[in-house]
Amino acid sequence: MIEAHGLVKRYGSTVAVNDLSFSIRPGMVTGFLGPNGAGKTTTMRMILGLDAPTQGSVTVGGRSYRDLPAPMREVGALLDAKAVQGGRRARDHLLCLARSNGIPRSRVDEVLRIVGLEDVARRRAKGFSLGMAQRLGIASALLGDPAVLILDEPVNGLDPDGIHWVRTLMRTMAADGRTVLVSSHLMSEMALTADHLLVIGKGRLIADTSMDEFVQSSSQHSVHVRSPQAAELATLCRDAGATVRAGNTSPASAAPVAGPDAGTDPDVIEITRMDSAEVGKLAAAHGITLFELIPIRASLEEAFMELTRDSVEYQATGAAR
Amino acid sequence: MTGATIARTGPDHRAAFRAATFGDVLRSEWVKLRSVRSTFWALTTTVVLGIALGAVISAVTAHAYARFSVAAKLSWDPTGVSQAGVAIAQLAIVVLGVLFISSEYSSGMIRTSLIAVPKRGRVLAAKSLVFAAVTFVVGEVTCFVAFFVGQALISGHAPRAAIGDPGVARAVVGGGLYLAALAVLSVAAGALLRHPAAGIACTMAVALVLPLIAQALPDSWRNPVTEFWPTQAGSQITSVYHSAHTLQPWPGFGVMCLFVAIVYAMAWTLLDRRDA
Repeated sequence: MIEAHGLVKRYGSTVAVNDLSFSIRPGMVTGFLGPNGAGKTTTMRMILGLDAPTQGSVTVGGRSYRDLPAPMREVGALLDAKAVQGGRRARDHLLCLARSNGIPRSRVDEVLRIVGLEDVARRRAKGFSLGMAQRLGIASALLGDPAVLILDEPVNGLDPDGIHWVRTLMRTMAADGRTVLVSSHLMSEMALTADHLLVIGKGRLIADTSMDEFVQSSSQHSVHVRSPQAAELATLCRDAGATVRAGNTSPASAAPVAGPDAGTDPDVIEITRMDSAEVGKLAAAHGITLFELIPIRASLEEAFMELTRDSVEYQATGAAR
Repeated sequence: MTGATIARTGPDHRAAFRAATFGDVLRSEWVKLRSVRSTFWALTTTVVLGIALGAVISAVTAHAYARFSVAAKLSWDPTGVSQAGVAIAQLAIVVLGVLFISSEYSSGMIRTSLIAVPKRGRVLAAKSLVFAAVTFVVGEVTCFVAFFVGQALISGHAPRAAIGDPGVARAVVGGGLYLAALAVLSVAAGALLRHPAAGIACTMAVALVLPLIAQALPDSWRNPVTEFWPTQAGSQITSVYHSAHTLQPWPGFGVMCLFVAIVYAMAWTLLDRRDA
């Protein structure tokens, strides 16, 4: 459980985080989402006691991070995978962290195995690729077998196999009843991992919602129809209050049959403000043959951009003045 | 690499919970110090150069002793001569001490360290203590070996010192104490300045270079500097012969320790307050 109350962080005249309040619950993966420079990392740094908030407070398990008696046992964090000293062997890096919290040496070998770095345990960290460094960072976060996991862009630099592994790791940790906070600027990544979303832009909270709600509320539904009687159906739908466009765009997410001439197919229409069931019923009632009836969702990426557009626009206007 | 091996939250494991202690942080800093190659090389340099330089200077000055003026013969300090290598050893200690913490800033490791140990004062204290202890041991080894090697080389050419002579044992042990105090100063300066190059340059300048420059000043300026400049005052603990315008060994070392304490307090305050 991580709780923030009215967090504010100012660097000189720049407001990085502005009156942020949230609570992050255990048993689920909470995605921390926002465009670059939105204040995600600053917020995480305040949670971890690296930066002192200008105003407000944040607690982990009811205590401020600096007051935790065994920090690594309670919170595992990965902020910057490259924040290691290159001259030190991977195993020694983990060992010095383990020692600082009285974690036994055997756990070091265990986490090296978990992240798949046991073969390079004796290599110095400066020779590590970004992907290996991420794994080492995740290993250090897991050392204390913590109840709270905080990961800042953990899939950066990982290969598809690694990305899948991190997702599985986060899901497993959450299923185990732990609190998992993961930041990203990629909605598509969050969509596959997070149960709950915290969206910030320009340091302000834009949305605090479950993933399902977010998908429902921000998705633009439209229906892609292919029919030899498309013109007739279009008239019927308009009469029923829907908006109909010529199907000059093939549905990006469902276009297996769209050939090169899809853009000009007169048989394809796109209907909004009416769901696929209603379109289907309407067609059946009037004996219209349908070849394709596909509900289309705006991608989550688009929904996210829609949601954060205000903060980005504000930024642009502010710069222009 | 499977998800299944991650969960290890049996009740046994949770029961093993205990608060992290200062001893844990000491062990952590010891691992940090011994696990980078620069430590080994810097300390080897300290020992080898400290002993070798002491030996060379002992041999050369002892051979020249016969041609010394009366005044020079009166101030002949065979112990101090054999300890001359401490002057070069302190360079390695300053570099290593500043780097011990400032390299964590340049690499970003400091954030990982402070997340692991959010009670920041402990990090500075543990670093200082571990490095001072290692420096003390290395310093004592260097000083004692240099003393006996030096006296063997001096013997037969000039009056030599024995470890049982008044003030001699204190001076030899003092070499290690002086280096240990310098070690704490270097770690504190590294924490204060955070940039390796700036930290090394400033510490070298304050500890070693400025007192030398002061030698070029007129007496009215030079004498107080020689007497009270922290590292000058502190180094009195390494000499047996008491020259004019210098503090007694222990008060002199006290002045140095006071200065180290002030720099340490500044470093502690800033480390605690600054965003990492």
